[in-house]
Amino acid sequence: MSLSASTRAVPSGSPDGETSSGADLTLERITKDFGSFVAVDDLSLTVPSGSFFALLGPSGCGKTTTLRMVAGLERPSSGRILIGGQDVTSTRAHQRPVNTVFQSYALFPHLTVIENVAFGLRRTRAANPLGRAGDALDLVELRHLADRRPSQLSGGQQQRVALARAMVNNPAVLLLDEPLGALDLKLRRQMQVELKRIQTEVGLTFVHVTHDQEEAMTMADTVAVMNAGRIEQLGAPADLYELPRTAFVANFLGQSNLLGGTVVETVDGIMGVDVAGRRIRVPVDRAVSTSGDVLVGVRPEKLRLVREGEEPAPGTNWVGPGAVTDVSFSGVSTQYQVMVPGLGTLSVFSQNVAGRGEVRLGEQVRLACDVDFTFGLDGAEDATSGAVDLDDPGA
Amino acid sequence: MSGTTATAVTTGVTRRPGAVGPSDPPRRRPSWRLGDAIVPIFAGLAFLYLLVPIAYTVAFSFNQAGRTNLVWRGFTLDNWRNPCGAPQVCEALVNSLKVGGIATVVSTALGTLIALALVRYRFRGRAAANLLIFLPMSTPEVVLGAALLAQFLSLRVNPGFTTVVVAHIMFCISFVVVTVKARVASLDPRLEEAAADLYASSWQAFWRVTFPLLIPGIAAAALLAFSLSFDDFIITNFNSGNFTTFPKFVYVSATRGIPAQANVIGSAMFALALLLVVAVQVVSVARRRRT
Ligand SMILES: Nc1ncnc2c1ncn2[C@@H]1O[C@H](COP(=O)(O)OP(=O)(O)O)[C@@H](O)[C@H]1O
Ligand SMILES: [Mg+2]
Repeated sequence: MSLSASTRAVPSGSPDGETSSGADLTLERITKDFGSFVAVDDLSLTVPSGSFFALLGPSGCGKTTTLRMVAGLERPSSGRILIGGQDVTSTRAHQRPVNTVFQSYALFPHLTVIENVAFGLRRTRAANPLGRAGDALDLVELRHLADRRPSQLSGGQQQRVALARAMVNNPAVLLLDEPLGALDLKLRRQMQVELKRIQTEVGLTFVHVTHDQEEAMTMADTVAVMNAGRIEQLGAPADLYELPRTAFVANFLGQSNLLGGTVVETVDGIMGVDVAGRRIRVPVDRAVSTSGDVLVGVRPEKLRLVREGEEPAPGTNWVGPGAVTDVSFSGVSTQYQVMVPGLGTLSVFSQNVAGRGEVRLGEQVRLACDVDFTFGLDGAEDATSGAVDLDDPGA
Repeated sequence: MSGTTATAVTTGVTRRPGAVGPSDPPRRRPSWRLGDAIVPIFAGLAFLYLLVPIAYTVAFSFNQAGRTNLVWRGFTLDNWRNPCGAPQVCEALVNSLKVGGIATVVSTALGTLIALALVRYRFRGRAAANLLIFLPMSTPEVVLGAALLAQFLSLRVNPGFTTVVVAHIMFCISFVVVTVKARVASLDPRLEEAAADLYASSWQAFWRVTFPLLIPGIAAAALLAFSLSFDDFIITNFNSGNFTTFPKFVYVSATRGIPAQANVIGSAMFALALLLVVAVQVVSVARRRRT
């Protein structure tokens, strides 16, 4: 990640109203413990100025704690926080050029919408606070509700007021803590687009916390997948998806089929892995671990069903045969579960393209996949780590 | 035997269809029932019980009082025209207002700070402080008054205006703390964090966010403190020496006849309180309408 010098004087405390492109945010070896419990564990990352950065992880993994440390509402047990190259670790919340959209919005109930938005501007004695607050309300299309109280707004409207209240100050970094978490699905999708539009328009540095992997992938330039206080992997959404480096990322970001095996040979940058008696080939540069026990991974949509009488294309990996145990049709695609003896149940997504007869429940099929779509993980990992637990209401 | 009966019933039904069933008109409830009337009657009696003494006080403020104000001698507005007519009555009233004013301001300020500390901060002795703050509320006033007097005397402080004020602040604080604490506890601590996040120093966050949100609680506490102070007789009587408050004046004059002016002042206080309640209602209804 870049560490380019920021053009912005930080901490400014008094945003000047001109559009800035935000500033780099750097966390250096941040740890936070509450008593004996370590909420954030030796976390380092850099968010380049002007980017949309998503911190993605399951509930309780330390996302809010991380944001609160950046905002200055919580003090790290160790480590440094830099904004635009300046160390702000020991400064107080009100001295940092950072604003937050809180998970619960935290709008001031005794102030009107416009006074909520103007709150930060008034504290920094910025010129024309009401005019600028009005402009910010325009941006979130709520100018007509300027004189209402927060309690008279819907959830989605409150969320937009919270956004305007934070953004109007033109912060070096804007922190968003699950800002869409309280909205229903349809509104959430709508606000995702809206939020992305606003970020592009104002060019601020956004750090967006979410436990919704789809939200993180559709909105962010860079996603950091967080688990148990640590960053598992960081990168562009497509890179994370195509080449996960841990079982947690492979399962939490989309779905994966992870099969245990042992590396038996490596020839021309391709390693041969023995998976329940079949030889599966994995490119070495797509593998975390290149000897001994490994997990071979493949995404469900990369697998093809090979029916009886058909042959897998030459040079592809394949396993099976196994019985189709579940077929669920969802319009554009169909998801199959295939029970392969010795390997367990594998997931397959199949596009509903014309010309393919449908595969029936109980049918014996083989599963094939291009070598370049497989990836290799450390065999010591738990293959189910990060998998969506259907019994978990929070998932 | 029973078999025959069953058959008879069955045939009866088949012979006259529609005699029973949905076409039957619904049974009408009596339009007036005793149960419905009991509640209003008891409520009326309860109100009567509560209001008769007050009505009596108000009525006798219009009495042509002689040496005493116990028998109705006829209607007059003289007492209302000249509320300070009786010796010392207005002096006592002013004393009570002074004591009440000072005690309210001081106890509300201190009590609010204590309430904030007890809810917002973790410190050693917090649990004990939480418990001890209730003591003045639960100790019998006679004991409290006597103990305070003993203290003042052993410190060689002469009872008077100052000792009364000190005593009133002391017993008002607990009530203020309890009232404000409830309000502080209901306050979202995230709001102060949001204020800090929006560049407000702790001082600004308090005055711009916390304090405005506490105002209803603080106002209620102040009203409570004032009425407790204005009303207090027992503790005041122990610690006032020659200093006379309104309740003390009424008590002392009871032996030789309470002047009608006391009724006037009492009625006026009642009217004032009533006016305040109505005003608050009107304002809050108006505010709800507007938005
Ligand atoms: N003030 C605190 N005291 C003790 N534990 C805390 C505190 N704040 C957070 N935690 C714990 O730290 C962990 C991470 O919390 P949080 O950062 O809120 O997670 P997330 O936002 O990812 O859901 C949780 O297990 C939570 O219980
Ligand atoms: Mg959280």
